[in-house]
Amino acid sequence: MGLVENGKLPGPLTKLLNISRKYSLWVYQWGLACCAIEMGAAFASPRYDVMRLGVIPFPASPRQADLVVISGTVTDKMAPAVRRLYEQMPEPKYVISMGSCANCGGPYWDSYSVTKGVDQIIPVDVYVPGCPPRPEALLEGIVLLQERIASEDMTDRWNRDPIVVT
Amino acid sequence: MNLEASTQQLSYIANQASDARVNIELETEGMTLNLGPQHPATHGTLRIIVRLDGEQVVSAEPVMGYMHRGYEKLTEVRTYPQVTTLVNRIDWLGSFANEVPFILAAERLMEVEAPPRAQWIRTALFELSRIANVVLFLGDMAVQLGATTPVFYAFRDREFVLNQIESVTGGRFHPNFDRIGGIKDDLPKGWIQETKDVLSRIHSFCDEMEDLVVGNEIFQTRTRGIGIIPADTGLAYGLSGANIRSSGVDWDLRRDGGVGLIHDQLDWKVWTHPDGDSFARYWVRLQEVRESCKMVSQILDGIPSGPIMAKVPRIIKVPPGEAYVETENPLGIMGYYIISKGDLVPYRVKIRSASFNNVSITPWVLKGVYVPDVISILASLYFILGDIDR
Repeated sequence: MGLVENGKLPGPLTKLLNISRKYSLWVYQWGLACCAIEMGAAFASPRYDVMRLGVIPFPASPRQADLVVISGTVTDKMAPAVRRLYEQMPEPKYVISMGSCANCGGPYWDSYSVTKGVDQIIPVDVYVPGCPPRPEALLEGIVLLQERIASEDMTDRWNRDPIVVT
Repeated sequence: MNLEASTQQLSYIANQASDARVNIELETEGMTLNLGPQHPATHGTLRIIVRLDGEQVVSAEPVMGYMHRGYEKLTEVRTYPQVTTLVNRIDWLGSFANEVPFILAAERLMEVEAPPRAQWIRTALFELSRIANVVLFLGDMAVQLGATTPVFYAFRDREFVLNQIESVTGGRFHPNFDRIGGIKDDLPKGWIQETKDVLSRIHSFCDEMEDLVVGNEIFQTRTRGIGIIPADTGLAYGLSGANIRSSGVDWDLRRDGGVGLIHDQLDWKVWTHPDGDSFARYWVRLQEVRESCKMVSQILDGIPSGPIMAKVPRIIKVPPGEAYVETENPLGIMGYYIISKGDLVPYRVKIRSASFNNVSITPWVLKGVYVPDVISILASLYFILGDIDR
């Protein structure tokens, strides 16, 4: 993807690459707290079924993943591991912060051991609010991320504001 | 000593020496393997450091605290109604069951008692959250042993239970519905009939699991005789819930505890299993889901009418004193020790959660097993990380 990173590809080719990236997002299976169960419901349950959106939820290693869902409370003890897993993912990579705890600390806003927001340690693309968010909200976040990927220009990728699911 | 005898002796020594050399050659270098803190087999962040000799575990050490959120400190700055919001998130699969012992302890301090209708609805929700919790275990343990289908079935049927909880409480996951002196709202219209339909679904789910998983030869080979916990060792480590009942200890606080729930008015049975292995733990939990279904259907038939709230002041100040209440939660015994100084907030709350004790037996039970059995044992012990670290 080196050429794409430089923004040197002609428009139609970039579009083709974007469409293929959009429909083959590999989500790293990464559960932290309560939200992991709702994420499991969105990914593994027949009612929500994320695979129809082209999201494949079972890579065994972060090195095969494009997207990571930070689902739950990040504690100060866990934060280095989160950072390390994020760094192991290959570019281009996306992060969905799921739930109030990962967004800003949530109900543990005054706790001594909780990192108040995962955006302190890794950049976040989509914020999904809720405690925990319903599986539909996570799916909405994924759909919004896919829309952004479809119209993505690699040169100004890092200058964009994060999406907030409302 | 004649020549023949000394030759024999020499050959014996040579044999021994070659055996020893082969053994030394076969002996592998020890390896330290980190299971976690991120591991697909733990829905959460438990880290287990296992020291291996070949495929065999020499020692295992659980490292906790990756999900420590400081509950006991946070409760000191939350008012009593706010604490229930917080403690919902300890065992996130059966959230309502976490509130109940705390509310019961506060009620004991305030010397109020919930009206009968509130107690019956409370018990129904308590058992529904147990179903929502253990149903996921029934699928999850199978997926950790390599069978992917049961977890899809579990999530499918769990949704219906969550729908019922949501239609009463408004919260799909974290109800925050229990109040000191009763419950927040009455049951919605038509809920009883809908819940009966859901219970029949869960019954058929249990039958499915019995056919799919319990009768499966691979499942039996990977769980029978694996991770045996004798009753006395289990009791010494403080195991509770289905983990100790599957070692043959007939002990269930719903029957023996006598706290403010109405399990003693229902007709049900405590299941035990003599083996104490991974299979027994799965089997006992499967039977418990069936018993819970039985209990809920009895409750639905017999809910008395009447008020749902006792007379409680608007601003809740709990009189000074200490109270400890424990109940039989989905994972085992959960208790709250509240010390009150007559304030709006508790002075100190000690939380006794089941998974902390359940996971403390892992160094003992993992010693000498093979690596694939580690997954089977950890899955069958069934801990939830929020319940360990709090």
